[in-house]
Amino acid sequence: MEQAVLTSLDPLIGALREHGYAVVGPTVRDGVIRFCELGSAADLPAGWTDEQAPGAYRLREGGEPVFGFAASPDSVKRFTHPPRSTLFRMRDGVPEAVPVEAPKVALLGVRACDLAGLAVQDRVFLGGRYPDEAYRARRAALFLIAVNCAVPGGTCFCASMNTGPRATSGFDLALTELTGPHRFLAESGSERGATLLEALPSRPATDADRQAARQVSETAEQRMGRHVELDGVKERLTERRESPVWNEIASRCLTCANCTMVCPTCFCATIEDGTDLADGSASRAERWDSCFTLEFTELGGAPVRSSGAARYRQWLTHKFSTWVDQFGTYGCVGCGRCITWCPTGIDITEELERLR
Amino acid sequence: MSRLAVWKFASCDGCQLTLLDCEDELLSVAAQVDIAYFLEASSDRGAGPYDLSLVEGSITTPDDLERIKHVRRVSKHLVTIGACATAGGVQALRDLADVREFAAVVYARPDYIRTLDRSTPVSAHVPVDFELRGCPIDRGQLLEIIGAFLAGRRPVVPAHSVCVECKARGNPCVLAAHGTPCLGPVTQAGCGALCPAFNRGCFGCFGPMESPNAAALNARLRAAGMDDDELGRVYRTFNVTTFGSSSDA
Repeated sequence: MEQAVLTSLDPLIGALREHGYAVVGPTVRDGVIRFCELGSAADLPAGWTDEQAPGAYRLREGGEPVFGFAASPDSVKRFTHPPRSTLFRMRDGVPEAVPVEAPKVALLGVRACDLAGLAVQDRVFLGGRYPDEAYRARRAALFLIAVNCAVPGGTCFCASMNTGPRATSGFDLALTELTGPHRFLAESGSERGATLLEALPSRPATDADRQAARQVSETAEQRMGRHVELDGVKERLTERRESPVWNEIASRCLTCANCTMVCPTCFCATIEDGTDLADGSASRAERWDSCFTLEFTELGGAPVRSSGAARYRQWLTHKFSTWVDQFGTYGCVGCGRCITWCPTGIDITEELERLR
Repeated sequence: MSRLAVWKFASCDGCQLTLLDCEDELLSVAAQVDIAYFLEASSDRGAGPYDLSLVEGSITTPDDLERIKHVRRVSKHLVTIGACATAGGVQALRDLADVREFAAVVYARPDYIRTLDRSTPVSAHVPVDFELRGCPIDRGQLLEIIGAFLAGRRPVVPAHSVCVECKARGNPCVLAAHGTPCLGPVTQAGCGALCPAFNRGCFGCFGPMESPNAAALNARLRAAGMDDDELGRVYRTFNVTTFGSSSDA
């Protein structure tokens, strides 16, 4: 592991571009801090922060930090598991392979929870008997620069899920933003990360830098907006199958699927077949789907999970119970997006507590 | 070659225009089907029967009542296009009042006006094979319907919420991020989340999604500052009949 102190991120962005990466990171757009392609470090949201609560996100003017905000509205799964991708085409009954689009993208500013989400998706897409080669190609095309979280949001609970706030693996480079003077402690997590770091203008890290970085993560850990008690949750959810709580949650649930769309681990997709009027070809595409839609469980013309209660129960039980059976980890990384972006503010940490 | 007809009832022509608006794909459609009857595009009145009829507009006059039966008789497949043909349209606002009073206010000689008390969807009068939602319909969904019809396959027209498309498009939720009232969570997808993509709330022109929970959304909209009057208006615009009493939920 290489460590060094950077005073500007522009040389890093420049070097990544020279290596052929599109550099994607947080910027203020559409009234939120979201991931977009960056031109330079000036596009980063210096002086901005966010406030997150159940069903509510507000952009606010912040202090000096460049990365003084919590989880972005959208998860990074868009880059590994895109909302829609064509699987193959057929022309005159003959299948044609469609090349996988796997552009080189450097994600600057991913959080520990984002990395944990990628690790969960790796198990889902690559861990079984039928690995998803398109996912593998897109995943390999990513260069990951983590930023250790200093300001967790009101809906964050990565500390409970043991996934953050400090990034410990799964990155090429990890930065901790330090103040007084403003600087970044950078550490490499891969060989290519170390090579890149060595080529950047920097000074060696001191014990004081390392101590300050540890302090950032320790403070962040104390500032989690939410908490989940994992002890016994897997067994408990199975036992609560007939709980009246599910119906009560359903009275507030819109079955709109926002939670699953913004979730960094939700991977469900459906297959859509189409025909092209112009050239007579047929194509098969994969599209994000959700356990909250009726068509998702349609069998023989009728949905298996027709009630909102059955759909919410499926989702929450999968995340904290059956996911463990299936993949050996929880399906939740504690990013809090499903809480912030639920239009009616349903809070999974609160619901888990009520289901105790 | 399959023969296509396009019919107009009480409507603004916007949904028919979507077919002409297909631009690049229009030539492909024209190469695959014989557009036999489409008065907005051509004054040719190719005689029936037709393999596929696209019907725009709601049923609002005694004459409409007879004509829609004729359309059904001469059509192998009948697909309604848009909120008017599918849910009565904006003009179904008359259902909430006395249409004679409207006529008296608007027309110098209301006695010349022959109109029905209610604006009803086509499905209230004849069997309909498929309904395309929206005000106006989505061009991609129209091409999907025609393509599916020609291929003899089930059309891909999901009934889930606008939110699914909105998040796939990468829009931040306007309700959560800005407090902008949005009907997306109770509205059927199909538009590609057009309004939220421009920082506007969805106004529900595609009608209710597969399992709308208006009571839950209304609680949120009231918290965002909407009163009952505004809630009534937002639901009772394009889909008065299908959103029904959602605003009271």
